[in-house]
Amino acid sequence: MASIELDLSHSYVAQPATEDDYALLPLQYTFRNGGAYALLGPSGCGKTTLLNCVSGLLRPSAGHVRFDGQDVTAHTPQRRNIAQVFQFPVVYDTMTVAQNLAFPLRNWGIAPDRVRERVGRVAEMLELSSVLDRRARNLSADAKQKISLGRGLVRNDVSAVLFDEPLTVIDPHLKWELRRKLKEIHQEFKLTLIYVTHDQTEALTFADQVVVMSRGKVVQVGTPDDLFLLPGHTFVGHFIGSPGMNFLPARWQDGGVQVGSRRLGSPAPELAHRLAEGGAFTLGVRPEFVGLAQAEAMGALPVSVARLQDVGTYLLLTGAFEGHAIKARLPLDAGAPPVGATAWLSVLNAHTCFYRDEELIR
Amino acid sequence: MKPVNQKAWLLILPVVVCVAFSAILPLMTIVNYSVQDIISPERRVFVGTEWFASVLQDEELHNALWRQVGFSLAVLLVEIPLGILLAICMPAHGWRASAVLVVVALSLLIPWNVVGTIWQVFGRTDIGLLGATLSWMGFDYNYTGDDVDAWLTVLVMDVWHWTPLVALLCYAGLRAIPQAYYQAARIDGASRMAVFRYIELPKMRGVLMIAVLLRFMDSFMIYTEPFVLTGGGPGNATTFLSQYLTTKAVGQFDLGPAAAFSIIYFLIILLLCFILYNWIQRAGTSGAPDEENVHA
Repeated sequence: MASIELDLSHSYVAQPATEDDYALLPLQYTFRNGGAYALLGPSGCGKTTLLNCVSGLLRPSAGHVRFDGQDVTAHTPQRRNIAQVFQFPVVYDTMTVAQNLAFPLRNWGIAPDRVRERVGRVAEMLELSSVLDRRARNLSADAKQKISLGRGLVRNDVSAVLFDEPLTVIDPHLKWELRRKLKEIHQEFKLTLIYVTHDQTEALTFADQVVVMSRGKVVQVGTPDDLFLLPGHTFVGHFIGSPGMNFLPARWQDGGVQVGSRRLGSPAPELAHRLAEGGAFTLGVRPEFVGLAQAEAMGALPVSVARLQDVGTYLLLTGAFEGHAIKARLPLDAGAPPVGATAWLSVLNAHTCFYRDEELIR
Repeated sequence: MKPVNQKAWLLILPVVVCVAFSAILPLMTIVNYSVQDIISPERRVFVGTEWFASVLQDEELHNALWRQVGFSLAVLLVEIPLGILLAICMPAHGWRASAVLVVVALSLLIPWNVVGTIWQVFGRTDIGLLGATLSWMGFDYNYTGDDVDAWLTVLVMDVWHWTPLVALLCYAGLRAIPQAYYQAARIDGASRMAVFRYIELPKMRGVLMIAVLLRFMDSFMIYTEPFVLTGGGPGNATTFLSQYLTTKAVGQFDLGPAAAFSIIYFLIILLLCFILYNWIQRAGTSGAPDEENVHA
């Protein structure tokens, strides 16, 4: 186990000139020893590139990777002692399940009785004990991916275990179970786990710290709570949450927040001070924190209701205020106005965030 | 009762006619010859299975058969490992890959009899590059006079001609392996040997079987190249089955025994095809379909 310090960038072209040439823009980050991390972002945002830089499958075109302060940039995955699980199951066809699980240990020259013990342990953990003697190639995709996971977890002295969207091919019900298992394993062995995913639920339930990436850049690092309550970047607000954050263009006028033709009042004094510094900004509020209000209430906007969806546990209201879409998650018994009517929605409260140039104004 | 649509017969008629003229009628002609002693075009005597009995006891034919089996096995033993090795050494990407592919495939484009002629000249001790070089180095090389030299020359010629086919098949098999396998192997700390043994070889199984089948069948029927190169000599050292058959049928005009032998030859090949086909079928269905390949 080790803490992993990154100070690197990567480009697949020889002489990167613009930001677009980079698969991974320069970044500095340290994965603490024993932490559970998730790298979250849409497809093609550089998550896997970052992961491969950590594991050593890819050498970053600039910068360093340090494990516990030691520079390992030039080291192979084997020397870094890293375990990695891939998106699609990789099993060694001609081997049995047990031989598959034992393979990394055998390559590291571990004593046979120790190998048997570890393989038994991991197989039990992943419920593979009953198929240990079967040939791996004849199993289902689920079982194969469990074998891949098992090979990642079988060495207990690794620097870190990296997961690259490991549950993509797994059935939904099994997904929950395996995710819980991984969490258990993390708590039991205190391994450093880094988990790449584009599924926010997966990231938020698995990790202590979530690294949100967009177009080769780390846009925010924080706990699941931080990401939800105080998105540091409009991308995070948009990407995390279902549906994502509402954004409305706003400006500071006469000592208050003005959205379109409506005056919303003023937020907390220190924030008001920052908002007053420059003219236009963006107001962001999560649909969860948009509430119904009295007509003409302070901080509320008149929204013409375009759609009402009953999503089971809540009501999703979609509407528009002066051409800007707004979504609100309302309780089923909130008494929302019907489609076509005007709903007064309060958007200014303690959970409202403000952004200038996409960055959070603190 | 279900109405029977007789029109179907009409639709398969073209195929029946084609197959009849291309396969069944010639085969029946051979069967016809094999049970008669044709003394002259006008005089023929029905002899029953006599020719079969005599052909089966023919010492020369036995020798040709064993030479043939030995040659085919030697071809497989050399060409398959060599082809795999070649495929692994071939570059995977870029212009080098294209260039190497073209160079490797070159020998496959040369007609059989030209291959024989090339090697006939190549092996000559007076002007041939190979023969002259070997002589100059002090080897007593003479493929027209020495049994072992002739046999080895034919083998090397076949290896030169056909190893590229094995290599190309293996190359295709190798390129179809998803990168994730190699990455996982690096993570698992596998050696190069282990990668070959546990990833590349199992994943190449399908193409290797095709390669084995093709090379076995082709080498078992080899005719043109040794005919041009050595003419079956010296003595009978490189007289393989088809060579022997041709000598009998065309050279000595023993149509009866030649026809009987053709049928036996045909049955041998049919039997081997059947065995290999079943082997491939069984190996192909013993495992679940590869999900990895679907994703790749």
